[in-house]
Amino acid sequence: MSSEKSIGWSREQIAQKIAGDIPDGSYVNLGIGLPELVANYIPSDREIVFHTENGLLGVGPSPAPGFEDDELINAGKKAVSAIEGACYFHHADSFAMIRGGHIDICVLGAFQISESGDLANWSTGEPKAIPAVGGAMDLVQGVKTIYIITQHVTKSGEPKIVKECTYPLTGKNVVSRIYTDFAVIDVNQGSLFVREMAPGIDFEFLQKNTAAPLHKN
Amino acid sequence: MINKIVKSVPEAVAEIYDGATIMIGGFGEAGSPIELIHALVDHGAKDLTVVSNNTGNGHVGLAALIENRQVKKMICSFPRTAQSVVFPDLYSKGEIELELVPQGTLAERIRAGGAGIPAFFTPTSVGTPLEAGKEVREFNGKTHVMELGIKADFALIKCRIADRFGNLLYNKTARNFSPIMCMASKSTIVQTRKIVQAGEIDPEIVITPGIFVKKVVLVENPVSENQLLKENRRYP
Repeated sequence: MSSEKSIGWSREQIAQKIAGDIPDGSYVNLGIGLPELVANYIPSDREIVFHTENGLLGVGPSPAPGFEDDELINAGKKAVSAIEGACYFHHADSFAMIRGGHIDICVLGAFQISESGDLANWSTGEPKAIPAVGGAMDLVQGVKTIYIITQHVTKSGEPKIVKECTYPLTGKNVVSRIYTDFAVIDVNQGSLFVREMAPGIDFEFLQKNTAAPLHKN
Repeated sequence: MINKIVKSVPEAVAEIYDGATIMIGGFGEAGSPIELIHALVDHGAKDLTVVSNNTGNGHVGLAALIENRQVKKMICSFPRTAQSVVFPDLYSKGEIELELVPQGTLAERIRAGGAGIPAFFTPTSVGTPLEAGKEVREFNGKTHVMELGIKADFALIKCRIADRFGNLLYNKTARNFSPIMCMASKSTIVQTRKIVQAGEIDPEIVITPGIFVKKVVLVENPVSENQLLKENRRYP
């Protein structure tokens, strides 16, 4: 399949779709990179508290250039701000929030997702790569709902949604919903259900680009 | 009289010995005790095992300690970051050991070590390559792995305010691993931007109680790791 992005939703549209599905009052952790976009699209009538695992509840917008504080950063090591009502805490407390099931939703990127909701997003397993895991394995085990934001296929057109992940796993049976440029797909009891397709995408095309059976909702 | 304040940074790190396990606070560029680490480079203790979330940036701080070949093993969750060059190079040549630990497990292993808990069970890493070799048990129908608490001989910590008892306050997300590392180390060495009289810190807001701290040294204007990186600096 071509990787030309003339079809499907843009990254911003996917982020906006996820933001729309986060209920008012939720505590949310956004993974590094693409998931961070979600914060830009929270509807103004909702109050969402963003958690960053390096020790801040109440992450605010990026500061204006020149106003960055080296000691106020997010898990991606980017300068952030703290909202009024924010709080700081140490790492064991931060991961108690995660592992203890206190965070409602986490949005993460993915290399692969399997039809049973297994996630691979920390290592491609290449022998020469330096392994680095960060907080991903804790997040997928502890946070109540895991949403994935990803392109539907890799740059070379390979499906990222597969029968079984071939990359090393981050966790088994952990993903609830997958948001891609082509569709929104629920993972439910080991099967994939299509909730919504992007304009111009039909079921047949979607299935052709997905290496696991899809079901109509 | 209790007075944990020492006069100089070299004096603060003087008793660190070869083969010690050292916890170093910091997450990325926030909270890394650069002055203490550089004093340890000058001091020269070697064959160290270092517990820290990352492996340092550029050629300063923890990266300088590693580059000076004083570290034989890193225990961390994220050894490669955008600006880390020293560790990846040595690791790919097989010249430094790595124990990779999920970040939350690392935090809890440190907390447990400090709290006198030798081991605990967590669902984190179940079904992944990092489960290998770990004891497994089921609780409430869910599989968990056993993880061991970590203790250290020393901790190197940066904070914002301290008093002579060793009570500490931190700054924003520079707090990260520091409070639990203070608890898990036999000898916690702290650099602080400010020293206040006993009683000036409201007891209600103390973050690290002084019992977890051995030495405090004043570093009023710590260097910014980001600034050192921008200037492409090396240490020494």
